[in-house]
Amino acid sequence: MTDVRLNMAKVEAEAAVRPRRRPGGARARERAAWGFVAPALIAIGVFFAVPVFAALLLSLTDFDIYALADLDNVRFIGVQNYERLFGNPLFWGAMKNTGLFAVLGVPLSIAASLAAAVILNARVVKWRPLWRVIFFAPFVTTLVATAVLWNYLLHTRYGVINWAISSVGLSPVDWLGQPSTSIPAILMFVVWKIFGYNMLIFLAVLQTVPDDLYEAARIDGAGVWKRFTHVTLPAIAPTLLLVSIISVASFFQLFAEPYVMTQGGPAQSTVTVLYFMYEEGFKWWNLGSASAVAFVLFVCILAVTLVQLAVAKRMGAYE
Amino acid sequence: MSVIRPDRRAALGLLAGAAASGLAGCGRRDDGVLRLTFWAMGNEATNVPLLLPEFERLNPGIKVDVQALPWSAAHQKLLTAYAGDSLPDLSQVGNTWVSEMAAIGAISALPDFASDLLTDQFDAVLETNRIDGRVVGVPWYVDTRLIFYRSDLLEQAGYGAVPPTWAGWKQAMLAVKRVVGSDKYAVLLPLNEFEQLLTFGLQGDQSLLREQATRGNFSSPSFVAALAFYKSLFDEGLAPVASAAQISNVWTEFARGWFSFYFSGPWTIGDFRNRLGPETRWMTSGVPGPDGMGASAPGGSSLVVYSSSPRQEAAWTLVRYLSDPAVQARFNVVTGNLPARQSAWSAQAVANDPYIAAFKGQLARAEAVPKVPEWERIVTEMQIVAERMVRGEYTPEAAGAEIDRRADRLLEKRRWMMERGRA
Repeated sequence: MTDVRLNMAKVEAEAAVRPRRRPGGARARERAAWGFVAPALIAIGVFFAVPVFAALLLSLTDFDIYALADLDNVRFIGVQNYERLFGNPLFWGAMKNTGLFAVLGVPLSIAASLAAAVILNARVVKWRPLWRVIFFAPFVTTLVATAVLWNYLLHTRYGVINWAISSVGLSPVDWLGQPSTSIPAILMFVVWKIFGYNMLIFLAVLQTVPDDLYEAARIDGAGVWKRFTHVTLPAIAPTLLLVSIISVASFFQLFAEPYVMTQGGPAQSTVTVLYFMYEEGFKWWNLGSASAVAFVLFVCILAVTLVQLAVAKRMGAYE
Repeated sequence: MSVIRPDRRAALGLLAGAAASGLAGCGRRDDGVLRLTFWAMGNEATNVPLLLPEFERLNPGIKVDVQALPWSAAHQKLLTAYAGDSLPDLSQVGNTWVSEMAAIGAISALPDFASDLLTDQFDAVLETNRIDGRVVGVPWYVDTRLIFYRSDLLEQAGYGAVPPTWAGWKQAMLAVKRVVGSDKYAVLLPLNEFEQLLTFGLQGDQSLLREQATRGNFSSPSFVAALAFYKSLFDEGLAPVASAAQISNVWTEFARGWFSFYFSGPWTIGDFRNRLGPETRWMTSGVPGPDGMGASAPGGSSLVVYSSSPRQEAAWTLVRYLSDPAVQARFNVVTGNLPARQSAWSAQAVANDPYIAAFKGQLARAEAVPKVPEWERIVTEMQIVAERMVRGEYTPEAAGAEIDRRADRLLEKRRWMMERGRA
C-alpha cells in the first residue's frame, strides 16, 4: 500500500514539476487503463452486447422455420411480433402466472431464508455447521433430480404430503393435476430449493451486526421482536434490497421447475413467460416472436427493479 | 444417389460430428466399417436394437448406433439438430412432422432404387409422406384412432354393433345413457384433445384448407356440420365437459361405465387388456361418419434419411431392411405397433387379434391431413376455439369463422412464400 501511494505521489510530483508533459502522460495513462479493461469490455461486447442487439433485431423480423431453411425467407416486420404477443391470451396467462409466482414466491422465500438465518445466527443453536449444510444442500442439488423427487412427494395417492394431509382427516389434494393447486405446489418446491442461498447471504451480513447494539437495546428493555425490527432489520436493509432484487429476477425467469414437473399444465396454469418463450422459440421455432417475449420480459424485470429501488430509497435502505 | 455432392451442410455436419465425438461424424474408419446413427423414439428406441443383429449379419460392412429420444422432446431435438447441423443419418419421424422436415429441406427424397418400398402400403399413410409429388419418408408403423366401446352395455341398450352413421350412433349413445343412468355419459371427448373433432372434420367432403393450403376452410358446410355434431354431444349430456387431466385414469372410468365410447389408437389395446377385468366386455369399431363409416387421420412413424448424411446408400439399406414385411411382423410382436406393409398383417399374431381387425378397415378409410408445417398449430387453435364453443361462447358457424381467422393468420407466411414461388 505504502509503495503504491509513494509511487503515486512521485508521479504526481513529476507531473507537477514538468507541466508541459502533463497531457501526454495523462493520455498514456488513459491508454494503459483502456488496455487493462479492454479484455473485459471485449468479452462483454462479444458475449452480451452483440447477442442482445442481435436479439433485438431478430424480434423485429418473422424469423421462423422457413427462414431456417433459407435466410431469404426472413422479413422485417417492425413491431408486429409485439402486437401479436399483446393480442395473445396465452401470453397474458403466462404473464399472470409469472406475476403470481413472483408475488407469492419472493416474500415467501425471503421470509424463509431470513428466518433460517436468524435462527442459525442465534448463539443458543448447537451444531450450526451441520444445520447450515442441511439448509444449503437443496440449493446445490441438481434441479431435475429434486423436481422428480418432489413429483413423488406431491403424488395424489402415494405422496408423503397427501399422506400427512389425510392422516389429519383432510381429503388428499391433486397437487399437480388441478389448475388451482399447481402454482402453490411448485412454489413449495421452489422456496425449499432456493432459500438456502439467500440464507447464506443473510447469515454473512447478520454476523457483521455488532453485538453491543443488541446489548444496548436489551438494556433499554427491548424484547426479541423489538430487537429484530429495530436493530437487525435496519442493519440488513441494504442486503434485503439486494436479495429482493435477485429474487424478483429469478422468479421472473422461472422455467425449469414447471418444465420438469408439469410441462406447463394442467390447463396451462403453470406456463410462465420463460416457458412460453421456450415453446415459441424451440417448439414452434418462431425465433422472432420468442425474442420479442424475451424483450418484454426484460422490460418487466427492469421496471419492477426500478420500482424496488425507488421504494428502497424512500425507506432509506441505501444512499 | 450414392455419389454425394459435397455441400456446406454436409461438410459442416461432418466437421461438427468429428469435433464432437471423433467417432460418429467420420463414419468410415480404418476398418472399413460404416457406422450409421439412427435416432428412434420411446418404445421403438427400446426395441429396435433387437432387430439389428440380423441386419448387421446380412450387411457386414455396416454397424448401426441407435440413439433414443423421448417422444416429448423429439420434435424440438430434430429441429435443433437441423439448425446445428448435427442430424443423424436417419431417424424415425412422426408422420405429421414429415411435411415440416421436408419444408426446411432436411430430408432426402426416396431414391429410385428404393421405390419398391412404396408398394403394399396404406394409401393415406403414404400420402402423408408425399410432399410436392415426391415421397420423402417410408412408413414404418401405422396407427389411427377408432372407437373402443363397451360391447356389454351396448348390447343391454339393444345394439349389436356401433351404427355406421352419426345419427344412428347418437341414437345408440342416447340408448346407452338410458341404461347407465343420468349421472353417467356415453362418450369421452376430452376438451384439450383435437383428435376427435379433427376426425369428424376429416369425414366431410370439403378439405380443411383451401387455395393450395394457404387459407383455412373451417367454415365450409361439412366442417360446420362436424362442429355442430361435436357440440350437440355435449349439449345433450352425452359427453362430459372435461379435459383429459380431469379423468384420473381412463380404464377405471371405462370399467365403471362412466363413458362407453372412447376414441383412441392401438396402444390402448394393451392397456385395456391388462387393466380391465374379464367382466368388462369391450370391442373396437370403425368411426361412424356423416353417412356411412367415416375416415380418421393416419398416424404412426416414418423412416427418413437426412440429406446431410454422407452415408445415403447404407441408410436406405437399413430403411429397406426395417420395411421388410417379415421384420415388421416381428417388430409388431415385440412392440404391438401395427405394421405399415399390408402383407405383414397376415402374420399369425396380427391376423388372430380380434381387437386389431377394425384397425385394418379404418386405416383403409384413413384420410391424410393437410401437409403444411403450420398444421400442428392450426389444430391446436382449432381445439381452443372448439372448447369455447362447447362452453357456449360460439355457435358452430361462428366457431368455424373464428378458426378460419386464426388459421389464416398462421398461414400468412405461407401465402407470402407461395406468391414468391418458394414453398
